[in-house]
Amino acid sequence: MRAADRAEAERLFARFRAAGAVPVDADILLPADTLLDLYGEDIRARAYVTTDPLEGEMMLRPDFTVPVVQMHMAHGAEPARYTYMGEVFRRQDHRGARAREYLQVGYEVFARENPEAADAEVFALFAEVLAPLRLRAATGDIGILLAAIRGLSTSDRRKAALLRHVWRPRRFRALLDRFGGRTPVAEPRARLLSALAQTPVDDLIAAAGPVIGLRESGEVAARASALLQDADTPPLSAAEVDLLEDLLNLRDSAPNALGHLRDVAVDLPSIAPAVDRFARRLDALSARGIDVAMLDFEASHGRTTMEYYDGFVFSFHAEGRAGLPPVASGGRYDALTRVLGQGRSIPAVGGVIRPGLVVALTEGRA
Amino acid sequence: MTLKIGVPSKGRLMEKTFEWFGARGVEMRRDGAEREYSATVDGADGVQVVLLSAGEIPQELSAGRIHLGVTGSDLVREKLADWEEQVADLAPLGFGFADLIIAVPAFWVDVDTLDDLDAAATAFRAAHGHRLRIATKYHRLVREFLREQGVADYQLVDSQGATEGTVKNLTAEAIADITSTGETLRANHLKILSDGLIHRSEATLFAARAADWTGSAPATLAALAARLDIVLPEPLERLPRPTAAA
Repeated sequence: MRAADRAEAERLFARFRAAGAVPVDADILLPADTLLDLYGEDIRARAYVTTDPLEGEMMLRPDFTVPVVQMHMAHGAEPARYTYMGEVFRRQDHRGARAREYLQVGYEVFARENPEAADAEVFALFAEVLAPLRLRAATGDIGILLAAIRGLSTSDRRKAALLRHVWRPRRFRALLDRFGGRTPVAEPRARLLSALAQTPVDDLIAAAGPVIGLRESGEVAARASALLQDADTPPLSAAEVDLLEDLLNLRDSAPNALGHLRDVAVDLPSIAPAVDRFARRLDALSARGIDVAMLDFEASHGRTTMEYYDGFVFSFHAEGRAGLPPVASGGRYDALTRVLGQGRSIPAVGGVIRPGLVVALTEGRA
Repeated sequence: MTLKIGVPSKGRLMEKTFEWFGARGVEMRRDGAEREYSATVDGADGVQVVLLSAGEIPQELSAGRIHLGVTGSDLVREKLADWEEQVADLAPLGFGFADLIIAVPAFWVDVDTLDDLDAAATAFRAAHGHRLRIATKYHRLVREFLREQGVADYQLVDSQGATEGTVKNLTAEAIADITSTGETLRANHLKILSDGLIHRSEATLFAARAADWTGSAPATLAALAARLDIVLPEPLERLPRPTAAA
């Protein structure tokens, strides 16, 4: 860790405290269970896992969001603004220049009132702090995608499957093709469906083999009947699939994107409330001095990163430096507070800056 | 300097390796008593055979303590991060075939593909409060495969042996393991997912990029390659790592 990076981190940390955030700290060794339940097995490829003889599997802190949210949900007052500074650790399975250990300085807002104002507060603060670097900002809104999926005219089961895989573009694509009737029913599935039409499912199960393991025959039968129902579900209309694809590919300046989304909302009214939120956010950003006409909006921004963002998302990049990770990134994660809050939840938005990249760009090294 | 070849120290893999080299005029044989782990080689000058556990050969190649090594392609991919950066694949040897596959209980009539597994895993998690467990010793290969395929809500549990029994023993719901005939899977009432083939493994001759390729080693390798009738996949000077410190 270079002294200059630490000094820059201290400077940012002081700046965030001056903006009204309470400094908080988090353990470096975190229980692996929470992170695994949240991110799934993939996190093992991105974080260092170690073993404590008594506590079991532990992970070197891959980010601050989870411990900070847990801390707030356990004993935070509302509304709250927090800032933190420290190392995060990212396992690198591939040779290259990607850092295994670097500093992050973060700013998080937990507030029930006026979420668009909180979005704008975080973004405007980051834009101001990073202004000397002349970075390019990209924004998006996962909430619009989620609202569009919820509004499709199809079964709840299909919508749930699409919602679950928004963050896995390949499987999402496969599901959309299947639900849209663009790919034929796979041969094994067709065979199963025709067998189910002729033979009671319990007989099929009994003929296939003995019941072993925790997953019971009732669960197998339940899914088999769900598959039969799904086979009778009419395909998504081509018009709706086109609307969704149009939405996924939307990239424009924020005002143009807003106009386009208003048009889409005529055919897909479920997104109207999310589009209204987008409009209010642009107003809030303008009120904080952001030139929204110059702001990029990409509807799919944030789809391939950590899957807890479910609303506004943003990142700041050095232009023309495709290989360089974002200098800063963040977004809204209301659902994460519900997952970690054991029944309680609170709207939350925040982001992190990498002081090491700020220093590297300032010195012209990056 | 001698060129070291790591060869599996026992069983069919060792015999088949000796046969493969023997058929190409390079005679390898074990010295002395049955239990002694040393071997000699005739027909290739400057080559020394080192008998090692097949499972340790990937690390020995990675560290550059041997120049060449024979082991399963599955083990190299599992044990070495960025394996192509660390070793060069010189020749498939035509034996030691085994498929790394995902298998589930045969009575799961609703599950035939990864798509089904993913859907069953979500429902399982909702019903049982934990992610669907897949027992394996191939953590890297299985995780990378399932990530690429977009399967979620599973967890890997470690199983170093008798993996096919884990479902019956309630320590896993599915398995990812190697199989050659599928016999053991059937005996344990498991079936292979139709798109669940993760890797088709084969005994393979690898070269270590980190080994000492100075001095006479390149000439010895070139002579050995000619003898074995294998084409070196890239110029010899590119065998060492681009930069030692990277």
